[in-house]
Amino acid sequence: MELRIDSAAVHRCRAMAQAVVAPVEEFIAAHSTVAVERSVLRLLGVDGVGPDEIPLPNYIVDSLPIEQRPHGIALPFGRALAQTGLDPAALAVAIGEGRHTLAEFDDVPSEAARGALAPFVAAAMHRIAERRAERDERLSRIPQLEPPLLYVIVASGNIYEDRTAAVAAVEAGAQIIAVIRSTGQSLLDFVPYGPTTEGFGGTYATQANFTIMRTALDEISERSGRYVMLTNYASGLCMPEIASMAALERLDMLLNDSMYGILFRDINMKRTFIDQHFSRMLNACSGIIINTGEDNYLTTADAVEQAPAVLASQFINEEFAHRAGMPDAQIGLGDAYEITPDLQDGFLYQVAQAQLTRQIFPDAPLKYMPPTKHMTGDIFKGHLIDALFNLTSVMTKQTIHLCGMLTEAIHTPFLGDRALAIDNAQYIMNTARHFGDEIEFKAGGRIETRAADVLSQCEALLARVTEMGLMRAIETGVFADVKRPADGGRGFDGVFARSDTYFNPFESALRQAAGLEAVR
Amino acid sequence: MSDQIVKPYGDTMNDGRVQMSFTLPISWSEAADEAARQLVAKMGFEEVQVVEGRAIASGFSFFVVYASTPHGIDAAAIKAPSAKAHAMSMDDVDAFVRERIGRKVRVAGACIGTDAHTVGIDAILNMKGYKGDYGLERYGMFETMNLGSQIAVEEFVRIARDRELDALLASQVVTQKGSDIKNFTALAELLEAEGLREKVVLICGGPRVTNLMASELGYDAGFGRGTLPSEVAAFIATSMEKRGLR
Repeated sequence: MELRIDSAAVHRCRAMAQAVVAPVEEFIAAHSTVAVERSVLRLLGVDGVGPDEIPLPNYIVDSLPIEQRPHGIALPFGRALAQTGLDPAALAVAIGEGRHTLAEFDDVPSEAARGALAPFVAAAMHRIAERRAERDERLSRIPQLEPPLLYVIVASGNIYEDRTAAVAAVEAGAQIIAVIRSTGQSLLDFVPYGPTTEGFGGTYATQANFTIMRTALDEISERSGRYVMLTNYASGLCMPEIASMAALERLDMLLNDSMYGILFRDINMKRTFIDQHFSRMLNACSGIIINTGEDNYLTTADAVEQAPAVLASQFINEEFAHRAGMPDAQIGLGDAYEITPDLQDGFLYQVAQAQLTRQIFPDAPLKYMPPTKHMTGDIFKGHLIDALFNLTSVMTKQTIHLCGMLTEAIHTPFLGDRALAIDNAQYIMNTARHFGDEIEFKAGGRIETRAADVLSQCEALLARVTEMGLMRAIETGVFADVKRPADGGRGFDGVFARSDTYFNPFESALRQAAGLEAVR
Repeated sequence: MSDQIVKPYGDTMNDGRVQMSFTLPISWSEAADEAARQLVAKMGFEEVQVVEGRAIASGFSFFVVYASTPHGIDAAAIKAPSAKAHAMSMDDVDAFVRERIGRKVRVAGACIGTDAHTVGIDAILNMKGYKGDYGLERYGMFETMNLGSQIAVEEFVRIARDRELDALLASQVVTQKGSDIKNFTALAELLEAEGLREKVVLICGGPRVTNLMASELGYDAGFGRGTLPSEVAAFIATSMEKRGLR
């Protein structure tokens, strides 16, 4: 089944998205953030905590005098490496214990610093490539089933309970496990350290927790004969750091949106744009599939009205991702089944939107999110709504299918809820597997008309954004009716302009690996 | 049995039939079905039927059970006062405030603590509102601030003092491990400690909130799922008048 859509309009939307994103990319190239610099240290091998449990990457970046920040952390840290002969991990510990300070090494020549950094940069790039090759090998040996890939969340707050839940979900048929983060984490300007057993609404993303879950999923992957993917969140104030940890621990997917943090978490827009870019270059190189967050437009406002904003955001997310070197196959654009169940023909509108997205982004592993906003304590009705969501997903060939839970409105899923959700999805997707191939849309009918309306409204919206510029558009509330000032919001104090001598060895390595032009 | 005592109704008065489902951390077998049956019997149920029992993962089994309860309840004697007693439209509320309060009412709402789920507070405050009922931002006689998500209790109280708020709306969606109760309690206690409690209408909201629970926590009202903005607005206006908050 194919919608007849105006392909010229689609071309115009893409061209406008390019025009919208190009000036932002120029801004990004002239700036960096504390989170990008911390991620440079993490990639070099800095880990652990220092005084007062402060993570060493934070401790070291914060130890740099503010007037030296514009040059980046790599050169001062490289000078210290060259002079002490320590490796990055040992040097970081020495700085944390007060045995060295970066200021001691100001006289060491830049060339010596670059030389000292080079082997560790190469080692990190090699490790990322190795982890990617490991994934490829496993995927070819124990491949996943045909999409939609069933994706479930675990969110107990305790990584060990999460592990039990994840293994049980895989046995029931899940192919992707996402560990939801503790609800406050997106606003922490550091990544917590070590295994964690307490969290609210989710479990902290830490490198140790990544390892624990990866190990468990690798084990069950072998046992079940199909590769199970692991998902976490590169969003909030630590996008690039999470992306670097995920690259090193072989996560397979990361929630990563170019505007979500700005609109829905009041994170500064400049911070977000810079951070998303560096994190996406890392994701591109590590083969990680991003999941974008367009579902949020639909949960915070009316889903019928917001459909054009979803499509516009998808075009913008796609363009940002392309500019970070991501191929379409790694761009999991988001959409959600959130139209009120009371609306006559609401199902038709859902099908229209899902199919429109499928046709406009044919090579993207689309991420389809389940109903949440209109789910209530009536779990029986909720299970039914989820069934129609499942039908829409298989009909329109969505790729990443987040299974809806009948208890969505009640609690983070019980083990039994996940099993029922997977059972529901498996039943629908099996019984209606080729339904979409067997039917055609009525020319000019309700579904085609709705899709055409959404596309033309999206075009009008993108035209407004193109005219205003993306930052100004966000300031004036064009997206989701949320207004965010360019210099307001969380994390703005961590944004800085690069000096002429700014140096980030991973930026050049990642750009080269992704086939992008060098910056300046 | 008194006429007022009621029991769950299956298909016959007083049959007491109840459905339930649960997971046990054991592998499925016929013995697992029997374990589920005996467990439900231990809960005090009678005529227990395990209608579905199956493995959902290694070491976990899921059951659907029907059973009869011997208990009944005097439903007529139960009291749970609702805060939604005053049915007023937006125009009614604005007129009421203009006449009886004589100035604009200052209201702020926030998801407190680490909660980032603003869907509830947005439905009440945002201009657009919920189910065709306009949000408080649209009210002519309300000066409304939506502080958004993850607002520390201390911050909320500081804003209440600095902005001389008349009403505070605290929202909690995440309820894991009692985090909602802790945050609601912390807010009420801090307002008390700062001497502000008597000066404000204090309201909590969220899908798990009930008015009864709110009064136990020291709030003036609690609003749960399905609440309309006008119900909250009417409560604020009428309770300000009742308490002489001008």
